[in-house]
Amino acid sequence: MQNTAMTNNKKIVNEKKKKKKITLKVLKEQKYLMLLSLPFVVYVFIFSYIPLLGWTMAFQDYQPQLGIFQQKWVGLQQFQMLFADKDFWHAIRNSLGLSIYGIVAGTIAPIVFALLLNEIISTKFKKTVQTISYLPHFVSMVLVASLVQTMFSTQGGVITTILMKIGLMHKAVNLMTQPKLFWLLVTLIGVWKETGWGAIIYIAAISGIDQELYEAAEVDGANRFHKMWHITLPAIKPTIVMLLVLSIPGLLGGGGTDVPMLLANPMVMDVANNIPYYTLTTGINGFRFSYGTAIGIFGSIVSLVLIFSANKFSDWLGQGRAF
Amino acid sequence: MRIGKKKFDGFDIFVFIFMICVAIVTLYPFLNVLALSFNDSIDTVRGGIYILPRKFTLGNYKNILQDTTLIHASLVSVERTVLGTITQVICCCMVAYTLSRQDYVFRKFVTMVFVITMYVSGGLIPGYLLFRNLNLLGSFWVYIIPGLVSFFNILIIRSFMDAIPASLQESARIDGANDFQIFIKIMMPLCIPAIATVSLWVAVGQWNSWFDTYLFSNGNDKMFTLQYKLMIILDNANTANASSINTNNQLSKGGANVLTSVSPDSIRMAETILTTVPILCVYPFVQKYFVKGVTLGAVKG
Repeated sequence: MQNTAMTNNKKIVNEKKKKKKITLKVLKEQKYLMLLSLPFVVYVFIFSYIPLLGWTMAFQDYQPQLGIFQQKWVGLQQFQMLFADKDFWHAIRNSLGLSIYGIVAGTIAPIVFALLLNEIISTKFKKTVQTISYLPHFVSMVLVASLVQTMFSTQGGVITTILMKIGLMHKAVNLMTQPKLFWLLVTLIGVWKETGWGAIIYIAAISGIDQELYEAAEVDGANRFHKMWHITLPAIKPTIVMLLVLSIPGLLGGGGTDVPMLLANPMVMDVANNIPYYTLTTGINGFRFSYGTAIGIFGSIVSLVLIFSANKFSDWLGQGRAF
Repeated sequence: MRIGKKKFDGFDIFVFIFMICVAIVTLYPFLNVLALSFNDSIDTVRGGIYILPRKFTLGNYKNILQDTTLIHASLVSVERTVLGTITQVICCCMVAYTLSRQDYVFRKFVTMVFVITMYVSGGLIPGYLLFRNLNLLGSFWVYIIPGLVSFFNILIIRSFMDAIPASLQESARIDGANDFQIFIKIMMPLCIPAIATVSLWVAVGQWNSWFDTYLFSNGNDKMFTLQYKLMIILDNANTANASSINTNNQLSKGGANVLTSVSPDSIRMAETILTTVPILCVYPFVQKYFVKGVTLGAVKG
């Protein structure tokens, strides 16, 4: 991270040297560059900035059939309703739960996997395992949900069968319908899907460690666990912190709409209904556009606050800024 | 990895067994579904199928291949993947090239315009209403147009372009090439590794997405994709599972299906395989590009 900051500084110095004034001559000279980029400024304006103007809807009682200027302004009424809405706080709880489970497992599992992979001596075996391990990253959540349904099925699903055989389950039950286990199972599914992929970045960081450090440690009598703990882990700490910081602003996401719409079923909806899904069901399916926008604004503000606190946190850890 | 001779100890054996388990756990669900998709659907209800089908049949596949809506959905999936990838990659390259030009006068301005979008976005509902006003709902173009540029991909391509020596562009300019010719004839060919990586990402994303169909199709089944078709089957099954919870056998449900000898579950297996196969086919050849992309992105931080 610090290296990047330094090269950035260098770039800024270079820019100052090259800085051109905007003159007619320069504009004519760079007409192709303008042609290649300015249309996309217009594009981004339409697709990213105009929706921001849509935030005004949260302060109105938006009726789709009326024109922009005919809407009734209601001030903060939508937000008052939002904060008094029990379902909303329930959705926040589910989002936080699912996200925190996901972040904890999604941080630890790839690190452990990368560390163990690093202990394998045979390059061929290592490559094969690695290639297999990140396959699930590329299949869609719909597919994963289909696989999950097959595995947990009460009619010969493998997981059900195994649990019955070892006596942990007495009657065939689809575990995905158990509210108490739902967050845990969603997390495990996430681990199955993303661990191999998440480990790539750690493996890259590990391969950049100076081998002399390990040799020196060996001379001092360190065993492999000493080396893991005192060399490998400190070396990948900046990567760990960076990825953690990057994941914090997504806390209210709670796995997105994938969790309630693909992995959940009516039996577990109570613990699966997260903020994205709540926004969708009330805002679009329920035609409460203003209310849904208010949820969206709330989410945006929370994640902005989280971005800045995450940056402060990573400054405090001395790892430089992630954003 | 390690320098010097090492003894094989208990921990090595543990790691070896652990990795074998990882590989099995990762691959098994796919193999299981593959076996089920080739198994007779009445027989499947009895359970106990693990890696090999017990009563081999091609009936499930024959059945889904007769479904014209499914064939159409596959075509839509292919179409959006090809078109969406090509357009996005070209657009990203265009912006990336201008941003890699240190002397470009609007460089900072264009960067700012994009950076802000990383911090705030309008969110679900303003976006939905915008698409509605642009008449994108229920139109195939909703798969292509909103995703024309991605700032993240622009950054990846730009960082690759930054590494290309500026002298190449200088010499082309001396030979009389303009910026557009330099972009097409020099920068694009040199960026092929980065373009390959980004294309694969975009293509997988397009192939795998289902939520945009759900949200923006407006019930127009002409734009349903394979993923979405599978999602519908899954959704029905999820609801059915929950309603028949703890009853263990769905004989009443299965009874109606005996006549056709195809159950929704078996169709789901066959469709699952059909949806996975394209990814599995390209995976061995392209996975190294995917990995390259991650490390490219990581360098940018």
